[in-house]
Amino acid sequence: MAEPLFTPEQQKTFDTELAEILTHYPPDRKSAAMLPAVRLLQSLKGWCPPEGLTLVAERLGVTKERAYEVASFYVMYHLKKPGKYVVDVCTNLSCSLRGAESLLGYLEDKLGVHAGESTEQWTLRETECLASCGTAPCLQINEDHFENLTSREKVDAVFAKLK
Amino acid sequence: MTSPAAPAVEKVISRAWGTPHSHTLAEYRKRGGYEALKKALEMAPQAVLEEVKKSNLRGRGGAGFPTGMKWSFVPKDSPKPKYLAVNGDESEPGTFKDRYILEEDPHLMLEGIAIAAWALDVHTCYVYLRGEFKFAAQRLQAAIDEAYREGIFGKKMLGKDFELNVWLVRGAGAYICGEETALLESLEGKKGWPRLKPPFPAVVGLFGCPTVVNNVETLASVPPIFQRGADWYAKLGTEKSGGTRLICLSGSVNRPGVYEISMATTLRQLIEDPDLGGGMPAGRKVKAVIPGGSSAPVLAADELDVALEFEALKVKQTMAGSGGVIVMDDRTCMVRSLWRVARFYAEESCGQCTPCREGTPWQTRLLRKIEEGRGEPEDLEMLLNVATSIAPYPPIGLGTTICALGDAAALPVHSFVARFRAEFEAHIHEKRCPFGDRPWGHFGDWA
Ligand SMILES: Cc1cc2nc3c(=O)[nH]c(=O)nc-3n(C[C@H](O)[C@H](O)[C@H](O)COP(=O)(O)O)c2cc1C
Ligand code: SF4
Ligand code: FES
Repeated sequence: MAEPLFTPEQQKTFDTELAEILTHYPPDRKSAAMLPAVRLLQSLKGWCPPEGLTLVAERLGVTKERAYEVASFYVMYHLKKPGKYVVDVCTNLSCSLRGAESLLGYLEDKLGVHAGESTEQWTLRETECLASCGTAPCLQINEDHFENLTSREKVDAVFAKLK
Repeated sequence: MTSPAAPAVEKVISRAWGTPHSHTLAEYRKRGGYEALKKALEMAPQAVLEEVKKSNLRGRGGAGFPTGMKWSFVPKDSPKPKYLAVNGDESEPGTFKDRYILEEDPHLMLEGIAIAAWALDVHTCYVYLRGEFKFAAQRLQAAIDEAYREGIFGKKMLGKDFELNVWLVRGAGAYICGEETALLESLEGKKGWPRLKPPFPAVVGLFGCPTVVNNVETLASVPPIFQRGADWYAKLGTEKSGGTRLICLSGSVNRPGVYEISMATTLRQLIEDPDLGGGMPAGRKVKAVIPGGSSAPVLAADELDVALEFEALKVKQTMAGSGGVIVMDDRTCMVRSLWRVARFYAEESCGQCTPCREGTPWQTRLLRKIEEGRGEPEDLEMLLNVATSIAPYPPIGLGTTICALGDAAALPVHSFVARFRAEFEAHIHEKRCPFGDRPWGHFGDWA
């Protein structure tokens, strides 16, 4: 038998939280809860496995193709299992003006992974403006923001804590 | 040339930022918080709407549409429920103000929501927040919870028989979901494909019901109107735009950040005033400035004596947009800059309309080719042709596509080439980037 999607504990969290989310929408508009439901799935699994999307679709009364269509449209949902840390470096204009391309190059060397690629530990990506342009350059690790990365020491300090 | 000091103005949106516990309801109340809502609830909804009209408040999300007028488009006699959708998607490159409102003073916006709900007979509001905003989401949810506990949201608003529920919805990384109809699609649990307009959301919006979509800063501007009166608010601004405005200053300037300014402030004053931008970094000169988020047509260094106000910028064939001012200095390659902007719109096109889906990557490829020294003389005309087929320019607003992302992608191309054509030609003739491998100014260790 295939491994179950969730542990019993995760299943309980999924069920309670989804039930709560559904109270935010009109009863005949369950499918509107798609984004929060997929977010919930990803918070439990670390990514969006196909069985998970199928479950979300069932619960919201839509086809699994519809769940996949939504999950594949938004960049924050991972359809493939990413590295332990997803490092998104903003290289949009305001950040590039303050060194983002060099910062990205430094990280490629430091982490030993090219932008757009993954290892078990790291997924390194270029990303679009993170609304931290006034504190550029910046990056995001999983969901945490790090700003004002104006020197190698500051970058090193951020990564020193990650194991 | 005007003097570097910007006109003084009272801060109404950012005044609490940086003070201890500014985000809590207790501190908000000490500043007179929710007194404006009390006043509004004593007025008839129609009178509230008239007051907003009189204030000359204009939308801060990008288009600068008069807020009172937008509210008045909601049909009064519709049997359907009405919705308020707050646009907190904040993804236009160069824009980072809504985030600070939510992190530093979320109740200001929540009070604005409550007043809007009363005026519009709305009982459900969704706040659509950009997916990446983790801290802002935490602060906002905590503030919403406080408002429920204190009898502001929920079954009775400040004891009055008026129910309002406010739900926070987090996006998942898609710039296009800031476009109001894509936002509604996303709120309905779909991919963010903009809808054809008309019908406008005020008539057919969320779940097919009348819906007002307003930006975070727009709603945060509502309580001061009721605290101090619409006339006072209108007078803070210029003839056609009431109030103050948050400007996000970034790029090559000494003091990047968010500043609340008078709309009579010019771009030059914003950059040079010691209390605002603080001038240019040593040894550098302004080369170009984008005045309203990366989709706003660029201005050259000799065009900076223009007020940061909707009408004044329109006269210059550009726009106030989302308030994102990006400064580029004389060490910056314009081809490289435009390429990076063009790539963004190509990445974020939803793919629904042919000119946008095909044209945005085409622009990007041509720009990359020119930047890398592989450009042919005819590539520049081709670039302009592609841009024109997405949206001709000037004026702004002639786009051929369903939503304004097409315009947003084409306007930078037109405006950069119009002002810096010689630099594009130099790339082609010299078969290299004249800035060599240093196309950006850079700062700190990255210089
Ligand atoms: C491609 C595109 C992206 C947009 N992104 C945003 C955004 O992130 N935030 C926002 O408030 N408005 C954004 N807008 C503008 C909205 O469509 C809409 O005009 C605005 O939310 C209305 O609110 P306001 O009247 O209060 O300004 C965007 C528009 C387009 C065409
Ligand atoms: S203009 Fe571009 S982003 Fe807008 S609907 Fe058309 S394809 Fe999508
Ligand atoms: S350009 Fe990098 S955060 Fe805005």
